[in-house]
Amino acid sequence: MAKQSNEQVSITRSDVEHVAMLARLALTPDEVGEFAEQLTAILGHATDISSLDLDGVPTTAHPLPVTNVLREDVIGPSLDRDEVLAAAPSAEEGRFRVPRIMGEA
Amino acid sequence: MSSNEVQAEIQYETVIGLEVHVELATKTKLFCACANEFGSEPNTNICPVCLGLPGSLPVLNERVVDFALRIGEALNFTVPQRSIFHRKNYFYPDMPKDFQTSQYDEPICAEGWIEVDGERIGIERAHMEEDTGKSTHVGGGGRIHDADHSLVDYNRAGVPLMEIVSHPAMRSSEQARGYVSELRAVLLAIGVSDVKMEEGSMRVDANVSIRPVGTTQLGTKVEIKNMNSIRSLGRAIDYEVERQTIATNTGERIVQETRHWDESEGITHGMRSKEGSSDYRFFPEPDLAPVAPTDEMRAAARAAIPELPAALRERIVAEWQVAEHDARVLVANPALSDYAQESVAALASGSARDVVNWCTGELLAYGNETGSEPNSWALSPIALAELVGLVGDGAISRSQAKEVLAGCLAGEGAPSDVASARGLAQVSDEGALAAIIAGVLEANPDAVAEYRTGDEKAQKKKRGFLMGEAMKASKGQGNPALLNRLLDAGLA
Repeated sequence: MAKQSNEQVSITRSDVEHVAMLARLALTPDEVGEFAEQLTAILGHATDISSLDLDGVPTTAHPLPVTNVLREDVIGPSLDRDEVLAAAPSAEEGRFRVPRIMGEA
Repeated sequence: MSSNEVQAEIQYETVIGLEVHVELATKTKLFCACANEFGSEPNTNICPVCLGLPGSLPVLNERVVDFALRIGEALNFTVPQRSIFHRKNYFYPDMPKDFQTSQYDEPICAEGWIEVDGERIGIERAHMEEDTGKSTHVGGGGRIHDADHSLVDYNRAGVPLMEIVSHPAMRSSEQARGYVSELRAVLLAIGVSDVKMEEGSMRVDANVSIRPVGTTQLGTKVEIKNMNSIRSLGRAIDYEVERQTIATNTGERIVQETRHWDESEGITHGMRSKEGSSDYRFFPEPDLAPVAPTDEMRAAARAAIPELPAALRERIVAEWQVAEHDARVLVANPALSDYAQESVAALASGSARDVVNWCTGELLAYGNETGSEPNSWALSPIALAELVGLVGDGAISRSQAKEVLAGCLAGEGAPSDVASARGLAQVSDEGALAAIIAGVLEANPDAVAEYRTGDEKAQKKKRGFLMGEAMKASKGQGNPALLNRLLDAGLA
């Protein structure tokens, strides 16, 4: 991504509405405005960082300096199905029952 | 209209890229210790991690990394020093976490290639990701759009996958089929997956577009899904190319979309698009550390790679003098090609080519019919070598050998024992066969006379008759080559 120096990035109401839709959040018009302001402030901080000379600095993939956290390929116990399904809102034939996936829901 | 006439004369070329998902043959899932098993009772291989319960943490399966490195090695990939996982966010009940853990801009394998029919096909990347659960739609004929509700089984959620993405480098359905067959053969040979398209452990999506010959810009691509065999893949691509060509020639615009292949109708259907589905908001998975393959890990993966299918085919075509096609059939089945190699190594007489013929003919059919693997057959590779030897030495005929083979597979014993128990032996005693020929000629003077005076057609007919009589007189046990020679001598 091109360096944006200190150029201000602003989050519009429609950006907030789009992200809210993707995250299935029902926001009131006031909240949309409030979050647009807050998110703009957060991105403003990110533009401060991008004003630094970071050539040759690798992006951080993980906060801790660890790699290759692995486990052996050995089967362990799974959960009891009846117990799991008892916690689900609805179950049928040993499966989780969910409302229709597509359509005018 | 003249512009339409001009358009109709444009020649198009097909551009195909393939996305292949393979389920890795590990014992456990990608990030948890639940069994990775096909066909278990629904929701019996589930735990807090693959159900995405709060507070649970994923831990990467080391065998998945090993398998990914093998794929990297076998498909000539560059394996970077570091690769990381990302979350791919979407709402759909097949992933209880509401995201799929996948790899995005730092996959474990970058830029590889595979050679198909003498041509290198570039592969853009291969990355690790988890499979999703399996939904069954209830009501509305089982179709997702008309269903009343759906039932979800999470046994498959979290099963490790490698997604292997080719460049848009293929130009025909035949080449695409060749790519998938070769990829399948390699993945089988390196032991990372059972790659069964029918069972879904290998799934192929095709991105298909057309463009005027001579241009370099890619046309609008259509993604086709739901092909469950290599043959369907070819049919679906051919159908789609024809559909796009007709649409373009009639001035219709091709829409970028996903289409579903309908095997019984032989056509592709557009699918209603998922709203906003292209916005997956990928971000680095904070619960997983980066993967940084060490030299030891790379060396172990390299050491696990056997002779790859292309090299093996080349070797057996040269050393065993078998046809390229037969070598291809054999090598596509690693267990069977191991079996054939053991058998050829044990050959005392008879040819390697005969071993291959039995393997790709009767034995392959037997394995498919019984659903059994070569290492479980009652006929060992060494016993097959003995059988081939019996035919090579002329002790039994080829047709008798089929009966012996069946007896061996049924557990009746070693080939020579089965042959003698069933009274199968080929008579190669020249004196005995000469006596039979003499008797046949004496008993059929008319046929002999007609042979001697007849034209070529009559000669052929009478000779066939006399040969049949001689074979009958030998109770089907006469060595056919010897009988033929003796008959020719008798008629001369």
